[in-house]
Amino acid sequence: MTSSTDSSALICSALTKTFADAPVLRGVDLAVPPGAVVALLGPSGCGKTTTLRLIAGFDFPDSGDIVINGRRVAGAGVQIAAENRRVGMVFQEYALFPHRSVLDNVAFGLGGSARERRAQAAALLERIGLAGVGDRMPHGLSGGQQQRVALARALAPKPELLLLDEPFSNLDAGLRAQVRAEVRAILSHAGITSIFVTHDQEEALSFADSVAVMLEGRVAQFGTPSTIYRMPVSRDVAAFVGEANFLPGEAHGGVVHCALGELRLGAPLNGAVDVLIRPEMIDLRPQADGAAVILWREYYGYAQRVGLKLADGAALTARVSASWEGAVGEKVAVTILGTACAFPRS
Amino acid sequence: MQLTRSIFGFGSDARWLMALRAPLRRVRRRSRTMSILAVIAALTIAVTLLPIAYLAVRALGSGSEGLAYALSPRTLAVVGNSIALAAAVAISAALVGVPFAWLTTRTTLPLRRFWLVAGSLPMVIPSYIGAMIFIAAFGPRGLAADLLAPLGVEKLPPIYGFVGAWLSITLFTYPFVALPVRAALLNTDPAQEEAARSLGLRRRAVFWQVTLPQLRPALAAGMLLSALYALSDFGAVALMRFDAFTRVIYTQYTSSFDRERAAVLALMLVAVTVAILALERRISRRGSGNYRAGTGCARRSAPIRLGVWAIPALLFCGLLVGVGVALPVGLLLSWLLRGAVAGAELSPVVAPTLNSLSASLLSALASALLAIPPAYLALRSRSRFRQWLGSAAYLGNALPGLVVALAFVFFASNLLPSLYQTMPILILGYCTRFLPLSIGATRSALTQINPRLEDAGRGLGLRRWQVILRITAPLARAGITSGAALVFLSAMKELPTTLLLAPTGFETLPADIWTATSEARFAQIAAPALLLVLVSALSLMVMLWQERQTADRL
Repeated sequence: MTSSTDSSALICSALTKTFADAPVLRGVDLAVPPGAVVALLGPSGCGKTTTLRLIAGFDFPDSGDIVINGRRVAGAGVQIAAENRRVGMVFQEYALFPHRSVLDNVAFGLGGSARERRAQAAALLERIGLAGVGDRMPHGLSGGQQQRVALARALAPKPELLLLDEPFSNLDAGLRAQVRAEVRAILSHAGITSIFVTHDQEEALSFADSVAVMLEGRVAQFGTPSTIYRMPVSRDVAAFVGEANFLPGEAHGGVVHCALGELRLGAPLNGAVDVLIRPEMIDLRPQADGAAVILWREYYGYAQRVGLKLADGAALTARVSASWEGAVGEKVAVTILGTACAFPRS
Repeated sequence: MQLTRSIFGFGSDARWLMALRAPLRRVRRRSRTMSILAVIAALTIAVTLLPIAYLAVRALGSGSEGLAYALSPRTLAVVGNSIALAAAVAISAALVGVPFAWLTTRTTLPLRRFWLVAGSLPMVIPSYIGAMIFIAAFGPRGLAADLLAPLGVEKLPPIYGFVGAWLSITLFTYPFVALPVRAALLNTDPAQEEAARSLGLRRRAVFWQVTLPQLRPALAAGMLLSALYALSDFGAVALMRFDAFTRVIYTQYTSSFDRERAAVLALMLVAVTVAILALERRISRRGSGNYRAGTGCARRSAPIRLGVWAIPALLFCGLLVGVGVALPVGLLLSWLLRGAVAGAELSPVVAPTLNSLSASLLSALASALLAIPPAYLALRSRSRFRQWLGSAAYLGNALPGLVVALAFVFFASNLLPSLYQTMPILILGYCTRFLPLSIGATRSALTQINPRLEDAGRGLGLRRWQVILRITAPLARAGITSGAALVFLSAMKELPTTLLLAPTGFETLPADIWTATSEARFAQIAAPALLLVLVSALSLMVMLWQERQTADRL
């Protein structure tokens, strides 16, 4: 991602950072357009939180530049401290000040007289639907409420950029979807460029406008959720984002030969490849002389996963509709829907 | 943390206790083991508290004469002196301890590790040795006077009285503030400070508005400890000739043999102590929020660069370590060398050393064993009375050593003359005084043991006593041992209890040092004083080592 433009809200270029001889960032490039909600998605240890902290100014990169709205905040001898960056942050565990009331927490970063600050904070609380809790102490709130207070506190001083570190990981699964929607609404209303870190692919794909997949200290791919999922640039990205089947094959231009026969490729390629087949691309039909045998079934209510074994012994996982009928041990015919994606075998 | 927690007893354990006890509530079955433990605990507490009760009865029994003495202007002045000393020490210990803790945890101070260890060492120097060194160094015709005389400085500001007592006690108690504050600094969530910075606050403002409020419980606990130390300290106050409670009580006791008056004063001292404890309770209850919201492991924030401020910071740490460690040890060593050159014999030290060692070892063993029943009951019993038994033994903790010693003198001389000034009463005195230390250590070790482990033992068919022997005790061993080490360390250097309760002719290190100091025979005490400092330091190291062991295993 070297295609940085002057209009970007945030540009990171070639960021490196080493902690105790272990390189964590090996050259992170990222350009975020104004107003976008971007997910930094990656497995633990890939450097996504470190990237976030460099942007916030809690740490400084060993090399590389960070430019926020045209202002260089780190790199080339510049080290702007966190308090001078106008970058808001929502911490994983919210980090609300336990010794201050909810209202005082929200008012913390505001300027002006005490009365103005309280009035502004109260207005913010009202906007996030927490008008009644200003006088309570933070630990008396539910996780979702704390989350929103942390968000209001970070947004109060009108930062140029909002960072969220694993914002939903501390919430119960049941609450998560609801809080996610609330937070999305607040962000959209504020129209603020936001970057959030997550290791949850579903969260990244559903919540963000664009996703930056980070692997081993680099941004492996940056694109819309659908591009990331349907056209991953590497086998590693494909394997990390969503469930993936890989079959060995031989590509000849627009087609590839593999255990499932001849498939169409989205992008032409030649030579030995791994073919990516997403579980929902697989269509199954019971057939006595089918190419695959059903090994197992997992029923989820909204869909089901089916484990298959091909004649050559390769295993595949398919996702089919909840109403699909098929018994373990039965033979099925396998059809691939749409075009496949393949990666040269190393 | 175990060190500080064992010093503080149980401060903030209550929430833990409730959480830990919850799974045990379900079973309601009488256990003989628990009953036996309760009986042992009750007996222990009765034996340790009876003399104190007797002291109170005697003091109250002195009637109108005692009341007149209590309200006399001279006595009220003593009350004022003591409170002023305690308050001054608490404040100055905080003013020294907090910056020291902050410098050694959060900054790029050069040699941080060294300063941390060296700066904690003044804690192991007994106050009477420290005060003696102060007098030898800064007193009339002392080291400083000798050094400054050629420069035309004729007279140093007087060291005796309030200033001397205040400075020396501060110097030897600031680690009580520094260590818990340091632990709190390490435990607080750096995300809160980062949040404040991302909201636009500068470092200094972050410290005042976010960091310091989070340190309040640890700071209050440390200041309380320093204040109680100042209130109960006998050695430094007496040597500095400052008329606080302890010195006046001792004078009343030895010179006039008016024990009634000593008892009245002692009771008043207890009242002041309790009042301070109550005050601390109220302060620390206010705003005791959950200071660490999350459960994840905290990311260490990058240390703050000191830049040129490193120079004053180094001077500050150097002054503390210089006056608190290097000066005492250096002076003692030079005296020892001078004595050796002059051909002084070391043999007079042998008998007191062996006496001190044996009395302290016996006390340490006894209190380690006696600590187990109350500590276990306080945590694991479902009966309120038994839990109370577990906490009652802490009462001795709040009482100044001189009061405990005086109570035992009273009790034994009036009711059990055959025990008066014998080895058993000395050890009993030590145990009463220091049992809370071993209970605290044992208890904090037990707190760290998940009761589910014990439930699992029961589920596998073990009886309660088998569970205690085979699961609880091995897991708590480090805590129990470090409690014993604490008692040993404290008994070795304990002055008032030793002075008042030791059998006639039973020479001990503290008493030897005390006598020699009052007679200004400094050179003779070099060896015993060094030995005591060494023993203290060794015990502290053992304790820290065990603390790490426990931390590693759990």
